[in-house]
Amino acid sequence: MAAIELSGVVKHFGPIAAVNGLDLEVPEGICLGLLGPNGAGKSTTMRLLTGQAIADAGELRVLGHGLPSDSKAARLEMGVVPQLDNLDVDVTVEDNLAVYARLYRVEDVGAAVDRCLDLARLRDRRRDAVDELSGGMRRRLLLARGLVHEPRLVLLDEPTVGLDPQIRTEIWTLIGELKSRGTTILISTHYIEEAERLADEVAVMTHGKVISRGRPADLIAEHAGRQTAEVYAPPQRLAELRASVEAEGLKVRPAGPAIAIVGSERAAAGVVPEDAVVRAATLEDVFVLLTGEEAE
Amino acid sequence: MSAGAKRMRRLEPAAIAGVMSREVANFRTYWKGTTFSSVLEPIVYLLAFGLGLGATLVDEVEGVPYIQFVGTGMVATAVIFSSALPAMFGTFVKHRFQNTYEAILAAPVDVEELVTAEMLWIALRSGIYGCVPLIVTFAFGLDPAWGMLLVPFFCFVTALGFAGFGVTMAATVDKIDQFNYVTALCITPLFLVAGTFFPISGLPKGVQLVAQINPLHQLVELVRGGAFGFEWVDTARFAFLVAIALLTWRIAIARMRARLID
Ligand SMILES: Nc1ncnc2c1ncn2[C@@H]1O[C@H](COP(=O)(O)OP(=O)(O)O)[C@@H](O)[C@H]1O
Ligand SMILES: [Mg+2]
Repeated sequence: MAAIELSGVVKHFGPIAAVNGLDLEVPEGICLGLLGPNGAGKSTTMRLLTGQAIADAGELRVLGHGLPSDSKAARLEMGVVPQLDNLDVDVTVEDNLAVYARLYRVEDVGAAVDRCLDLARLRDRRRDAVDELSGGMRRRLLLARGLVHEPRLVLLDEPTVGLDPQIRTEIWTLIGELKSRGTTILISTHYIEEAERLADEVAVMTHGKVISRGRPADLIAEHAGRQTAEVYAPPQRLAELRASVEAEGLKVRPAGPAIAIVGSERAAAGVVPEDAVVRAATLEDVFVLLTGEEAE
Repeated sequence: MSAGAKRMRRLEPAAIAGVMSREVANFRTYWKGTTFSSVLEPIVYLLAFGLGLGATLVDEVEGVPYIQFVGTGMVATAVIFSSALPAMFGTFVKHRFQNTYEAILAAPVDVEELVTAEMLWIALRSGIYGCVPLIVTFAFGLDPAWGMLLVPFFCFVTALGFAGFGVTMAATVDKIDQFNYVTALCITPLFLVAGTFFPISGLPKGVQLVAQINPLHQLVELVRGGAFGFEWVDTARFAFLVAIALLTWRIAIARMRARLID
């Protein structure tokens, strides 16, 4: 049994199809990265999984429980880390954890709180109010709160969006530890690097559905090939070059001030200019090619 | 583990207690201010109205010294301001600004349990704060009576209704300043025609009729029943308050569900 099984899921908001025929299976024990640009439908997918949005069509199962009818039983075994910090800021660190331990029906609340304090490395701040913590501490606490009941499955919706790089790295470390314990993780992100570092498998999502799925290396080999050649030049020359390279049947994508010729190892001699910077193909190449969006 | 066997019930005490424990944790950070103002307020009112008005203009109302008339009536004031307003503003802020409900609903708690817990917590608090004016009035010559032991309970039931009303309003308005309309059009009139400061029997017939469906007026009458002797009609008043509580409870759940679940 897979931890998450979604098939043909559709969710409309008025005329907008936020999720539009989504098929997604997350086997137990893996970390799946749901990689998609803003507006792809990632958060809506997460809300469908926690029963906070009800699908218009499709089948949803989480840890064997059919949604939305058995959503509450599914939520008992699932941890959720939100995108926005919604800790109780006036309340102490330990009380924030204790409340959620109770909400998740944890029997030994004290032990669960201690475990989370260790996990978030906040043992010596346990009696401080949350608004006295630094940004990084708050994020660690938010993550630990979602794990207070030692869930089998954890949903992380863009857990590091808008965070400064140092805090992001701290959170990645914690997610890495969670992974190594065998917890099933579904993490949505629009940061390529986050998906690359954490995900065993990546599902690229855009316009409400998954358009490609696989291990990062396999996705790169399938969609981008081995090498990418980046050319920096004035816009006029880039446009000409792009046209001539595409005429040769190669894929080209914008890369900030440059263009990137994807799969350049397949180019005939003379197609890729001498001054191009050749590098290994990346997940970013795949993401931009598939979604048509510039990566962040 | 079979999926069917783990299907969970509605209105689980553990879920309700969990949500209430969050309120308790927050209350511990602000109870001093709330308690201070809830004690000071009736004292100020009693001094101003009871002594000021009582000494110069009115002596007795319905056979009761005016200060005791106001003191018992102020129980209702304490109840509405410690239930309807916190329910309105608290619910709105937790929903819109703090995303608290999104986190709670990601746990095994449903909207019905969430709203029930929020209403129960507010009503419990109001049940206690509602008694403060009565206790303060002891200092102004009110004699204790056995019937007063029912006052916290009357306050609790009335506050449930106002909490349900407040949650419903929080789920209905789009912007927090729209609460000004709710306060001006609903809360203030209810507060004024409750029979707290003057008996409603002196009002025009139409207004008297409206006062009969004002839960606050029914509470005032029940509190005075507890202090000065019950009548049979008080059972009907109580039944009315229970009905209002049940009605607003279900409406609040439905409105919040529409807000919180897409
Ligand atoms: N509650 C809502 N009401 C109306 N539109 C919504 C709502 N939630 C999401 N949407 C729309 O659905 C689309 C997908 O949004 P979302 O799931 O938040 O994407 P992502 O998380 O990938 O950025 C967007 O166009 C968004 O504007
Ligand atoms: Mg999102």
